[in-house]
Amino acid sequence: MRSRPSEYELVAPGKLAAVLDLLAKEPGVWLPIAGGTELMVQYGAGKLPARKLVSLWGLPELRHIESTAQELLIGAGCTYTDLRNHPVVAQEFPLLAQAASWTGSIANQNRGTLGGNIVNASPAADSLPALMVYEAELLLASARGTRRIPYVEFHTGYKQTKLAADEIISAIALQPRFADYHGYSRKVGTRNAQAIAKLCLAALGKTSNNKIEDVRLAIGSMAVTPVRLRRTEETLLDQPYSAALMSEARQAMESEVAPIDDIRSSALYRLHVAGNLLQEFIEGLFA
Amino acid sequence: MRRDVSFTINGAVHTVSVYPMERLLDVLRTKIGLTGTKEGCGEGECGSCSVLMNGELVNSCLVPVLQAEGSTLRTIEGLAGESGLHPVQQAFLKCGGAQCGICTPGMVMATVHLLNHNPKPTLEQIREGLGGNLCRCTGYTRIFDAVMEAAGTPK
Repeated sequence: MRSRPSEYELVAPGKLAAVLDLLAKEPGVWLPIAGGTELMVQYGAGKLPARKLVSLWGLPELRHIESTAQELLIGAGCTYTDLRNHPVVAQEFPLLAQAASWTGSIANQNRGTLGGNIVNASPAADSLPALMVYEAELLLASARGTRRIPYVEFHTGYKQTKLAADEIISAIALQPRFADYHGYSRKVGTRNAQAIAKLCLAALGKTSNNKIEDVRLAIGSMAVTPVRLRRTEETLLDQPYSAALMSEARQAMESEVAPIDDIRSSALYRLHVAGNLLQEFIEGLFA
Repeated sequence: MRRDVSFTINGAVHTVSVYPMERLLDVLRTKIGLTGTKEGCGEGECGSCSVLMNGELVNSCLVPVLQAEGSTLRTIEGLAGESGLHPVQQAFLKCGGAQCGICTPGMVMATVHLLNHNPKPTLEQIREGLGGNLCRCTGYTRIFDAVMEAAGTPK
């Protein structure tokens, strides 16, 4: 433990409105903390610059999942365990359920929250590519009210987001309109539990008359943010399967990612394996 | 500023005067005197500090103590009863599921959590249930044997 607890403040107002009031009064001063699976690691390492924290853990307004015919509304305080246990997530959004099962360990899934994972904005986060291909929307709440934005617009740079200083993510909205899509997701890491991904791909697609009628691709750990691969999608759209198409799609993908060499992998390995995952998805789509 | 935080640990109510950002792990070990819960990595990777909070397995090194206020906690010290060891502890003993012992309390707590949710886990489910608990001595085989023994499905 490399931090002194006496130098930190933590308050737990117990109601969402009270949290939002605090953020409105002193924007940028109070750092929201949910399950602590990220911030407590920084704190333990003596690397948490914020000195005043406000707890979101256990706020009932953030920990519920509402299912209607139009959408699934996931409270941002829902844990990965909550996601794994929810029948509609398993049924309608299997890529998200699968990513939840890959995240950390059981103990981390019991504390880590979907909202926290999004705000933490790691380019390697397991569930974010799934949210991108399902075209999730985020509900951002503040004392000023709630606004709704497409998730794909949320990340603006490395660990940079559109969240204002007085806002939190209150919920994630998903529309159940992908039941007839072929889904694919794969995480490449050193082991199933705990390992942070070298890369992870989430993909949805469907074919008609042996051509790709629709396709959505998103990838993690291949740029400073998770990336929706629009150029690659355009390359694939309306095309029949061929070796030439796969080659073009790989080139398109390489043009819209920027992998790096780091402790977990190399840029070259990442590029090559990303192409292989893309190929595996497309082959499955036509199988 | 210090404040009082109360919770129930192994059936007894405790109130402690703490800084709200103190780690639950440190409060258990230094304020309550329950040193069975160990610190390994201090960053949620190794599971040595596993405890049950409201029945859910958590890494106590990643829980600010204020977030445990009002909760029901169970630590390794709360497993054995008047009649002797908990069946999971008994199984670890029988199968040789412990060597140096540092990971053992966390392994046992993760096993109790797993069997509470899934009384007859497959080997794959055991590997997942204990995937957040690292052991540098045993190679895991005897630990998995112990979990199967405790589940009543010895190999």
